[in-house]
Amino acid sequence: MSEINTDSKGKGKKGKPKKMSTRVDLTPMVDLGFLLITFFLLATTMIKPQTMELVMPSKDKPTNPPPKARASRAVTIVLGKDNKVFYWAAEQDEKITPKVIETNYSSTGIRKYLLDRNKTVMDKVRQLEKDRITKHMPDSVFDKEKIKLQSEEGVKVKLSPIILIKPSEKASYKNMVDILDEMAICNIGTYAIVDITPQDTVLIKNAKK
Amino acid sequence: MPKVKIKRKSTALDMAPMCDMAFLLLTFFILTSNFIQKEVVQVTTPSSISEIKIPETNVMMILVDPKGNVFFGIDGQEKRDSLLQEIGATKGITFTEQERKEFSVISNFGVPIEKLKSFLAASPEERDTKEWALGIPSDSVNNQLKVWVTAARSINAKARIAIKADQVCTYPVIKNIMNTLRDLHENRYNLITSLEQNPEKIKL
Repeated sequence: MSEINTDSKGKGKKGKPKKMSTRVDLTPMVDLGFLLITFFLLATTMIKPQTMELVMPSKDKPTNPPPKARASRAVTIVLGKDNKVFYWAAEQDEKITPKVIETNYSSTGIRKYLLDRNKTVMDKVRQLEKDRITKHMPDSVFDKEKIKLQSEEGVKVKLSPIILIKPSEKASYKNMVDILDEMAICNIGTYAIVDITPQDTVLIKNAKK
Repeated sequence: MPKVKIKRKSTALDMAPMCDMAFLLLTFFILTSNFIQKEVVQVTTPSSISEIKIPETNVMMILVDPKGNVFFGIDGQEKRDSLLQEIGATKGITFTEQERKEFSVISNFGVPIEKLKSFLAASPEERDTKEWALGIPSDSVNNQLKVWVTAARSINAKARIAIKADQVCTYPVIKNIMNTLRDLHENRYNLITSLEQNPEKIKL
């Protein structure tokens, strides 16, 4: 299979230099090349894993308390067990028990509510996305504008919700990532992961009855 | 009419262009490849729409398996070597040349510090078995994860913390890790997820 084509006619003749063919059979070389390609294809990861950036509040800065969420904007989302979500909008009057609504992580569940609540910002972001395509906006500019919209517009219109995410003990990590994802999808500018309080547990228990 | 003689063509092809192409592709793959890092546990990450990519270097990886065991790992052989020395210095353990060499090739591990020596003495095949998937103690009584993160931070100030947890992990496990990181004033970290399409994005 891998013979080298040498000219053997000139064997034995003295004086004359041997004329060797320079042609080499390259088939084995090609075989080797593809073998190595196969190896590298199988041994490599082409896709880098995706990450979600998370910035948590610092522990030792009690001087910077979470901004008192205006009651009209505050929405509490409790992540329950078995992929259940409970949410309620805070009432102006603390004496009135808010209405707890049970839903799930599907697109018709919590997302529908959040999109509804955050409509003004959502529309602006959608417009921005359109502009990005028509005006050939670079990614860096787009990202900056988007963050600006999420944080500033929300304040301006005083309508976009401030979300308090309260994962219960029974919630899974997937639930947590899912809800953070919903925040990104719905362009919610202000949200925080906080611990669940006993009052919240009572609220949900009462709602189940 | 003279008979038309059909010339017999040789079936041998010139393999040179084929060879060129093969090696060109090979070069491409060699240059673009980054090898799959062997991980001690199989972790299925939840998916998210986030499109931020994790850097390849300067990463501290905290792995959490479905049972809630915590594993830790950093990149770079030299860094791992200095990490072990750092741990040895803080815990008063001296590691031999052999142990340091063994440690520098382990991408992630999940053993308590007390068992580190016997872990390093085990053969690489043994280390992959379930018996050594003990998890780093990270509860409030004996928080060794804190020790590891502190040591890794002192070696590499630029390192980013990445948490790769299984989707079935319960929230308290994650909360515990987040609290540990918070205690260390590490408020910025990345959660590793797999890609998912953003349903609200405008489709073209």
